[in-house]
Formats: sequence, C-alpha cells, structure tokens
Amino acid sequence: MNLENMYQEIILDHYKHPHGKGQVEKADAEVTHVNPTCGDEITLQVVKIPGTENFNIFYQNQGCSISQASASILFDQLNGKSLAEGEIAVDHMVAMMQRTQEPDEDILGDGIALVGVSAYPARVKCALLSWMAWKDAVIQAQGS
Amino acid sequence: MSKLDVAAIQADFPILSRKVRDGKKLVYLDSGATSQKPKQVLDAERDFYEQRNSAVHRGAHQLAEEATDAYELARKKIAKFVGAQPNEIVFTKNATEAINLVAYAFLNATLKAQFGKPLPDGAQKFILKPGDEILVTEMEHHANLIPWQELADKTEVKLRWIGLTDDGRLDLSNLAQLLNSKTKIISLTHQSNLLGTINDIDTIVKAAKAVDALVLLDACQSVPHMPVDVRKLGVDFLTWSGHKMLGPLGIGCLWGRSELLASMPPFITGGSMIETVTMEGSTFAAPPARFEAGVPMAAQAVGLAAAVDYLSAIGMEKVAAHEHALTELAIEELLQIPGVRIIGPTNTDNRGSAISFVVDGLHPHDVGQVLDNNGIAVRVGHHCAWPVCRRYEVPATTRATFYIYNDDSDVFALRDGIIAAQKFFGVSK
Repeated sequence: MNLENMYQEIILDHYKHPHGKGQVEKADAEVTHVNPTCGDEITLQVVKIPGTENFNIFYQNQGCSISQASASILFDQLNGKSLAEGEIAVDHMVAMMQRTQEPDEDILGDGIALVGVSAYPARVKCALLSWMAWKDAVIQAQGS
Repeated sequence: MSKLDVAAIQADFPILSRKVRDGKKLVYLDSGATSQKPKQVLDAERDFYEQRNSAVHRGAHQLAEEATDAYELARKKIAKFVGAQPNEIVFTKNATEAINLVAYAFLNATLKAQFGKPLPDGAQKFILKPGDEILVTEMEHHANLIPWQELADKTEVKLRWIGLTDDGRLDLSNLAQLLNSKTKIISLTHQSNLLGTINDIDTIVKAAKAVDALVLLDACQSVPHMPVDVRKLGVDFLTWSGHKMLGPLGIGCLWGRSELLASMPPFITGGSMIETVTMEGSTFAAPPARFEAGVPMAAQAVGLAAAVDYLSAIGMEKVAAHEHALTELAIEELLQIPGVRIIGPTNTDNRGSAISFVVDGLHPHDVGQVLDNNGIAVRVGHHCAWPVCRRYEVPATTRATFYIYNDDSDVFALRDGIIAAQKFFGVSK
C-alpha cells in the first residue's frame, strides 16, 4: 500500500474543488454527524423534490481530504435520488470499506477511488461520515 | 550534566527496532499518548507472572505473600519517586479513574451528608453546598474536565474555568475572582497535553491556600518528563498514569495527603476495601486499601516500579534537559517551514515537549497520514482537549511528543515529513 493508492488524483480534485456545498433555510431533515476522534463534521440537509420520492442534498462540512472528497462524491452520486436508490450505494460503499465487495463504478461513480482508504482502518470513518449522514437524514425526512 | 546515551536507551526498547509501512524505520513521536516500554519493564512483569503470580492481600500461601510483598514494594518505590509516603499512593486503572475517584468523593460525601449517613472524620471538606464552585482550566484533558462537569450536573455546584491567552498560557488576570471563598477545589493540569505549557503551580497553590480550596494536579504529562515532588509542589492531590512513563497499560496513581484520603468516602466498592461486613452494613479500610476494591493489578504495579527504577537510574533532571533540547530544536525547525503554525508557546520557557501544529491548507489527518507513510508516528485530532482546539479556532492539530528514546534525527524526520506532506498535497509555500 502506498499513499497514492489512497490519495488518488480524483480524490484530491474533489477535495480541492468540492461539488454541491451549500445550505438551505428550510429542509425536510437536517443532521450533523461528527467523528469524535478527529473532529471531522458534516451538517447535511435533504429537501424532497415535490411529487417524487427523491431528495436534493445540501451540506456544509469540515475535515480531512478523505471526508471532504467523499462528501463531494456523495453529492454527485445521490443528489436527487431516493432512499431506495441511495441505500444501494451506501451499502456498497460500506462493503467496499470492509473489503467484502469489489468497487463498482456503475454504483459508486468516482467513489470507487476511495477503495484505497480500506487499507487504513483509522480513516474508514472519514470516508463513510457523509454517507451515513445522508442515510440518517433521508430516513428522518421520510418519517416526518 | 552529561547527555543521555540515546543509542543505549533505544536498545532497551524492543519495539523501536521493528519496521513499519513497508520496511521503514519507526520514528515514535506519540509518547504523550502512551510511551514505549523498555525490556526491563516487560521482564519485571513477566517475572511476576512466572514466579509470584497470585491474588495480593488474600491467602496465606507463599505465592500470595510474595505477590503482596512485590505489590507493596512497588508502592514504596513509586511513592518515593514523587516524594510521597507509600500509604498516600492509591493504585487505579488509569489517571482518569484517579480523577474520578476524587470527584466522586465529593459527590458521595454530599449524598451521604444529605441522607444523614455516617462519614469519615474530616469529610466536611468534600460536602458540597448550593453555590459552591469548582475551578478547572480551559486547557484540561477531557479526563480532567468531564468528571467535574458531571459532578456539577449532579449537585448545585457551579463549574468555572480559567481561560487561556493567545500564546497558550493560563490567563491568570482574574484569578482572584475565579478562585474565591466559594471554590472547593481547583483541578488543573501540570503540563498541557496539547499545548505543552507547564503551568505556574506555585501561584495557583498560594491563591488556593488563601481561600482554603483544595488543589488537584493532573500530572500525566509531567511525572514522566521532569522531577516532581508532591511536598515541594504543595498540592493536595496528584494524579498520573503509568503507561505514559514507560510503565504498563492498566495502572494509574492517585497521591493524596493522608489526612484527606482518610476523610474521603470510597468510590468503587467491593472486596479488599472493607474493615467489617454484615448484611446490615459495612465499614471501610483505611487508605489506600479503601480505594482499591477487587484484586489489584499487581503485575502492572511491579512493571511500573521497574519503570521508576529505569527513569531514576537516568535521573529526571537529565530526562527533562534532554527533552528541553529536543523541544527547542523542534520549535526552531518547524517555525522555519512556511505555512506551519505551532498551537502553544513558541519558546521553551515553562514548556514541555508536546508540540501541536497546523499546516496551512492541510487537515491534520492528512499530515499524519503522510508522516505515517514515512514511518513517523504522531497523534492527530483534538487530543481529548476539544475546548483547546475551539479556543484557538482549529478543528484539530497534529502533535509530536518527545521522550528519552528520541534524538535530533527524529526532529529532522518530522520536519522532512511535514515538507513532504506539503509537496504531496501541493500546498508548499
């Protein structure tokens, strides 16, 4: 394992130029997830698209390159998606981190570049933070 | 004073000869989290298990006698190391438990007093009344903050704190207001685990004595690194952990003035800490036994005594001087890297070897990852001192800490690693 495997160019691109950062005044659900060991933090909002089961994503975050890039990729993959569609990607991401699933670009898009993180257990939580936040928010929004 | 023979010291630490991350030399700069252990400590523990293992203070067989002797001899050595009497040293699981033990003495005394239950003589010092205050500082490790927040949450006591100056020191400008006749105890760190600041304990002790407040000193980052004498410090309690001073995991120490320990109700209760037991109630043993319920960690105590022997053979003055020189070099080298900022004092006056820093444009996690890739072990995050990060408006820091087995080459490796991280992420200045 070397650093380049974890910090692939595509990850660094997302880190330096994150997609979809923003916030909205009124959301159907808003969650804040933190990684208490390092202080990484994301506040993620979801807003239901009228007449559909789909949600738009708004988020603000701070943290390491992996957590920032992962949130940017999450936005690309799941913005405007439903819980059912998104859950497949979340489960796939978790399985990839646990090395029980080969990366599938059709499901994760740029997220497959995060596969190198699975070699560093201390960083897995950084990669998953935003994905867990999204799932939490959408479930809350559906329940309300 | 002659210099430390670092090469000879390194040879005593088996772990330092292992390789990490595809064959790289290990540069261990995380002793502030836990130190490595010399073979003398490992041998002492192994010898206990191979020759004397049995439950101390129980049974009358030869092994039990020898185990008890080894445990109590360890207590004597450890007490002497900090200028204390053996019966003033309580062994705990770690320093966190030692601080909780004192916080719970307040809570338990207060509850027992409320219900009119018997208390040891002198327990008044631990009975809290509405309006009483507890004082901490903004630079505390969570271990010396949460127990007091919890105590305040369960009583009608107000928790107050001493703030910090921009250069990483305690702001003592309003000490007389914060430390007042309502203050029951001030609990503070001797040396900040994040900032490296060594606090002016003389001033605190004088101010506390003037208002009859107790002083607890969290010495986790001082006992391993400098000479510490409880009588000279003039504090009432001292807490520290064994594993940060070459000793085993799973043992911490509480030192308390004997008259105070004697006046405190127990914290964790059970076997060994009793005097008499009936179904209606029990009476408790004198300290330290009163605070050591259950079969104690004898092997760890023996290991910690071996660590004390090891450090004493070097001499704590020499340890402190060695770290001081490394700290000076590290500060100088880090400040020369454009984009690197030290969080904490940037001079070596009253400063220990914990050096926290941030690198412009890089998150500490990413700095730590590149360092790790070069074999350099540092700590990243908020270091269990989240309020300190908030105070200095950083989400986290990267922290290097130095000990007796580190030398100048480790400082240079750290410097080169930080520069490599800047290059890797394209944020060099």
